[in-house]
Amino acid sequence: MTSSQEIQSGLAEILEEVAGVTPADATPEKSFTDDLDVDSLSMVEIATAVEDKFGVAIPDDELGNIKTVGDAISYIEKNQG
Amino acid sequence: MSTPVTDVVVTGLGATTPLGGDVASTWDALLAGRSGVSRITDDWVKDYPAQLVARLATDPAEQIDRVRARRLDRSQQVAVVAAEEAWRDAGAADAGVPAERVAVVLGTGIGGALTLLGQDDVLEQKGPKRVSPFTIPMLMPNGPAAAVGLAIGAKGGVHAPVSACASGAEAIRWGLDLLRFDRADVVLVGGAEACVHPLPMAGFAAMRAMSTRNDEPERASRPFDKARDGFVLGEGAAAIVLERADVAKARGARIHARLAGAGATADGYDLVAPHPDGEGAARAIAAALRDAGLSRTDVGHVNAHATSTPVGDTAEAAAIRSSLGDHVLVSATKSQTGHLLGAAGALESVFTILALREQIVPATANLEDPDDDAAVQALDIVRHEPRRTTLTAAVNDSFGFGGHNIALVFTTA
Repeated sequence: MTSSQEIQSGLAEILEEVAGVTPADATPEKSFTDDLDVDSLSMVEIATAVEDKFGVAIPDDELGNIKTVGDAISYIEKNQG
Repeated sequence: MSTPVTDVVVTGLGATTPLGGDVASTWDALLAGRSGVSRITDDWVKDYPAQLVARLATDPAEQIDRVRARRLDRSQQVAVVAAEEAWRDAGAADAGVPAERVAVVLGTGIGGALTLLGQDDVLEQKGPKRVSPFTIPMLMPNGPAAAVGLAIGAKGGVHAPVSACASGAEAIRWGLDLLRFDRADVVLVGGAEACVHPLPMAGFAAMRAMSTRNDEPERASRPFDKARDGFVLGEGAAAIVLERADVAKARGARIHARLAGAGATADGYDLVAPHPDGEGAARAIAAALRDAGLSRTDVGHVNAHATSTPVGDTAEAAAIRSSLGDHVLVSATKSQTGHLLGAAGALESVFTILALREQIVPATANLEDPDDDAAVQALDIVRHEPRRTTLTAAVNDSFGFGGHNIALVFTTA
């Protein structure tokens, strides 16, 4: 089981790689689109990278509900094996 | 005779090429006679008859931001690098030209082949879910133009002519038309190509179009020479900022040269082979001269398309001779840059503009023993070293598979 803290830092690495987000900015309250300037195609890339890193697939209908970094952390936490 | 509705001037130049990462280093290397050609050392090439390539001098991914670069195909990266240099050179960003009056016309021959082929590998190896969401915007042939439009904030239309190796020159002609029809005040034009990959290499080699002089890379591209045996594939981009003369003068822009006229024709002869007499090419040059309101004696220099293929070079020599005469100083700069396909016409227009501005004609490298063809023998092809001269007008020829012929006439500022 990966801790919430570990998920946050893992997600921050993905965000830096895919979208150039400074890791310190990837905090739970941040909105992907409004605060971090992550567009919809980059969200698809992030979902793929999340599956690789955490073994958690995010279906398209769920991806649309993930608005903030915190949403992504909770989704990964809830659905990891 | 038609006369231009609007005077069009060149205010910005940009390039990234096998000779240098910008215009200045490329031009210096050209005049110094350096070659951008080398032999490929990757394992895949060992079964290839043609193993030569003209790789970029500077990796474009190092010239632009990492995150931006990973969403752009290499053909888009080079387009952005060249366009941003041209835009800076023109000083257009600070000139107060409204974005709605800025357009882009930037062509490519092949488009995002590296993305197409790379993502096909991903599909085969990992399945459809692993294919990048950026695949389509990276492979589409309007991708380089669109990336440039975003980079410079152009909102007056973004266009991408595709006419194989004439694409870059065709973009310049479209840009001239846009300005003459008052569709824009400033148009960034150019071409981009980056398709060094086993598949295009195999395809061109299968056409017997590429040089197999593998042991002498720097001597392989030898336009008009008796021993020429094909072109060398190159990669890169070039961009030119065209502007209405009145707009450029009002803002005090530096003017490199004028774009006086353009001509476009089709051979109507064969999908690949040029007309052996260069009939379509000659008509394009004649049309460009009429468009510019100039006569053949005004033209002092031609930057030839001359790719170093056996049939293409003699057809072009015949076309230059019949349309302009024997007095023009001819240069074939692909002898040093390799053939940049859809970027070639743009890069060679940059060279033509610099020749006018600097009053010097680059040499044709590797022209040791000119072809016995009567037209090649008659023409004054500059070789051994660049030639200082007095020029007022110069022509750039470009041709593409499909029978496309474009001629552009530039004059001094």
